[in-house]
Order: sequence, then structure tokens, then C-alpha cells
Amino acid sequence: MLKKRIVANLVVKDGIVVQSIGFKKYLPLGKPDISIEFLNQWGIDEIILTDISASKNHRNPDFKSIRKAALKCFVPLTVGGGINNLDQIKELMHNGADKISINNSAIYNPQLISEAAHVFGEQCVVVSIDGVLATNGYKVFDYINQKYLEISPAEFAKQMVSQGAGEILINSVDRDGSYLGYDLDLINSICEVVSVPVICCGGAKNSNDFVEVFQKTKVSAASAANFFHFSEHSVNTTKYNIKKDINVRLETFADYNNTAFDENMRIKKKPDGVLENMLFVRIEKEII
Amino acid sequence: MSLVQNIVIVDYGVGNTYSVANAIKYLGYSKLSISDEESVINKADVLILPGVGAFEEAINNLRKRNLHQVLNQQVLVKKKPILGICVGMQLMASFSEENGIHEGLNWIEGRVKKMELPCMFPVPHVGWNDISITLKPPLFDLTSTNANFYFDHSYSFNCEEEYISAFCDYSIKVTAAIQKENIFGVQFHPEKSQTNGLKLFRSFFNSIN
Repeated sequence: MLKKRIVANLVVKDGIVVQSIGFKKYLPLGKPDISIEFLNQWGIDEIILTDISASKNHRNPDFKSIRKAALKCFVPLTVGGGINNLDQIKELMHNGADKISINNSAIYNPQLISEAAHVFGEQCVVVSIDGVLATNGYKVFDYINQKYLEISPAEFAKQMVSQGAGEILINSVDRDGSYLGYDLDLINSICEVVSVPVICCGGAKNSNDFVEVFQKTKVSAASAANFFHFSEHSVNTTKYNIKKDINVRLETFADYNNTAFDENMRIKKKPDGVLENMLFVRIEKEII
Repeated sequence: MSLVQNIVIVDYGVGNTYSVANAIKYLGYSKLSISDEESVINKADVLILPGVGAFEEAINNLRKRNLHQVLNQQVLVKKKPILGICVGMQLMASFSEENGIHEGLNWIEGRVKKMELPCMFPVPHVGWNDISITLKPPLFDLTSTNANFYFDHSYSFNCEEEYISAFCDYSIKVTAAIQKENIFGVQFHPEKSQTNGLKLFRSFFNSIN
């Protein structure tokens, strides 16, 4: 059986991974290559790296930094930001990207989607859509010009799939960095109209939000950015808790069966005696 | 374990060559090159045909660089082991139906077809799926049962069962791995399947003297 994917979304601004809040406020977190190395070791299923300053500053994707970041990434790496022609995509694929994600160019140059699908295959092309709730329903948000368009994310997603998009990444502007949970209505509006896998993003606070979105929508993957960075064993404990209800990939030597979690699904400290005994547990490193 | 095999990743323009090279380098193999030059490919002990791309573009690129003849010589005549990944495996088929009908390398008789699935199964087939192994050696020598790998494809390889070494379940039986003599192919991406993928590369290279 195909497993649901738990995806980390790294937002990069001027070469630094940032925590994004409401598409407006950004807090620095660290270097992309370090974040990727850790997330890979923690057993994330996929990483999406979005450079939010490339398109805005009309510059190319930062190939050099992607090359460095990809070096220790043994899970699929999707790269987005600043992509507006096929040569850039070729260059990205040569530097460690496995898929590419297109956001602003999809709005203003949809031809690029069909061209990319023709050369690299539709499975390589992710169209990333930012959705925002306006007075008359959900609308596509243009983050470069900070305005929303008249078209709904669902209608836009449908158009993109007919152009050759292989996956849709739907990001909720309202929930971005809010910890309020996923925007289920927005996500459902997309899942109902497209036949390709949908990845949702925006608002996840802990594993309960992932379980909810997998139970209440048809998404193939759920992504989060901020909360993976800020709690202990975040990827593995999240997956451990999701796995009780949903089929996800969990490959770790760590055993959480006797671990207590607090109301935010963070690990509670174990009793001193247990911790002391753990000092003597030897875990052999697996040699391949 | 020998780490000095001459491994060549065939570069035909649309593959994720760097990702594949990273995974193989991580395992300690030092003689590794990414190349489309005949002289380099001729010196290889083992070849990798990577893939991320549409079939038509991939096969046209191979032909444009005259690589189909170079590879035919190395694989069919000299019998060098080769591992095709994703569209790299699909290229080994007789035909593909992706964007029209295109001839492949015809190393393993088969046809690459769009997966037709019930509507609750999205296409492309993207993500981690468990595989069922029907023939363990050599690719799956180190693979545990119920191992999962990362898939990302809309078309799948249809061929005689005797050539299939693993399949996965996505409402239909999807060919996950094929082999015939010195020719091997995997539909999933071992370079992107963490430990399970690294083990597959190790098993493959271990099987080569």
C-alpha cells in the first residue's frame, strides 16, 4: 500500500531557512544544508525547499546552495522559487533537485508547466498554489504583488493539471505559521477536482493535525515547516503518533511505546531511573 | 566488498545524475563518473541509467548523443551489468506510450503504458510504497521483507512475469523491478529511498566481480 507522506517545507529567504508567519513575518532558523541533513536523518518522507526571495528579486534559483543542500538528502527534494524557464529546471535537476515546484510562473506563464511536463515528465512538476479566504470565497494569492486574484484555487488547480502538473501543493496563507491546523475546506476544494496527488501546507501544530487532514480529506501528503524545527524528535514522534491511525513510513530504532506525550504532543521527560538505564543501552549503527 | 569498480552514470541530459552520484559516493565507491562520452562508458565495469524525465525526451536525447549504440555494444555484446532507474528502466522496453508511441532500447520485451486506476488512486503514483519481492538476488539481497521505496511515475512497465523481480500494489500490480541476465531496472528511486535504497545499490555492486 502507498503510504501517506509527511513532508517538510523549508522556506528560504536570502539563503537562510526562515519561519514564515502569515507570508509577512520571517524569523531566521539556519542554513538549508544543515536543516536538510537533519530532516533526512530524522526520517522525513520528502523535503520541499522554497526560495521566496528569488522571484521577488528577479534572480535565478541559487543553484550552488541547492547543490550543497542536496549532498546529504536521500529523500526526494523538490525545489521552488524563481523558476521561469526550462534551462533553470535542467540546471536544478543537475544540482540535486528531484522535482520542481512552480508558483508565480504558473500564474503568469502557464505555458511553462506544459513545457516542463513534456521534457521532464508530469511527475516532476509540482504546481504550488497559495490560497487565501476572501469575502467571496477562496482565491489564489499572488505573493509577489501581495494581492489576490479573482480565480479560485480549485479552478486554478484544475487548469494546472490540464497543463501537465503532476502534483498540487496547496498552501493556506491564512493558516501560515498560525498553528491553527490545516484549512480543511480549502484542501477539500482542491482534492475534489483534481486526479493528481495533493500536498497540503499551512497551520500544522502537531501530529493531531496530520491525522485530521488525512482522515477528513484525500490529500496524499501533508507538510509542515515550523513545528518540525522546534521540538525534540519532531519527525519521528509525529510519525509514531500518526501511524496509530494512518499508514505512514516509520523507520527508526527509537522506541516510543513507553513514552509519554504532553498536550502539544511533545515528549515528556522520562523518570531519572529510566534515563540512567538508557545510558547503558547500546545501539549498533547499521552498516550498509 | 570491493569499492574500486568503475561505475559510470550515463548522462543523457534529463536525469537527476547528481542525486544518484551522491547516494553511490556515500557508500564509499570512489571510481564514479557521470558521463555521456563513449570512451568513458566503454571503460565502465558497471553502468547506471538514471531517470527523471519524459520517455520521448529521454530516448531522443540518448539517440542524439549516439548513446543507444554505445550502450547496445556494452550491454548486449560485452554483457556489462546495467541498472536503469525510473524512466531509465522504462527505456529498456520495446515501446512506450507516453505522449505517443515511441520505440525504446528493446532490451527487455515489454511496453510502457499509462497506469489506469480507479479514481481514488491519484496518478502519478507518488510516494513510499511497500514492494513484494519475487526474485531476491542480486538487487534485493540486503532488503528486508516489506521494505518500502520511493516511487514517482505515471507510466509503468508491462512485461512477461519471468522478467519481474518485484512489484508493488497500487490497486493494480505495478512492476517495481525487472531483470534479465545482466540487465536490471527499478521503477522506484533507490537514490531517494534512504537506507533501503542504499542497500539496493550495495547489493547490486556486491554482485559484480
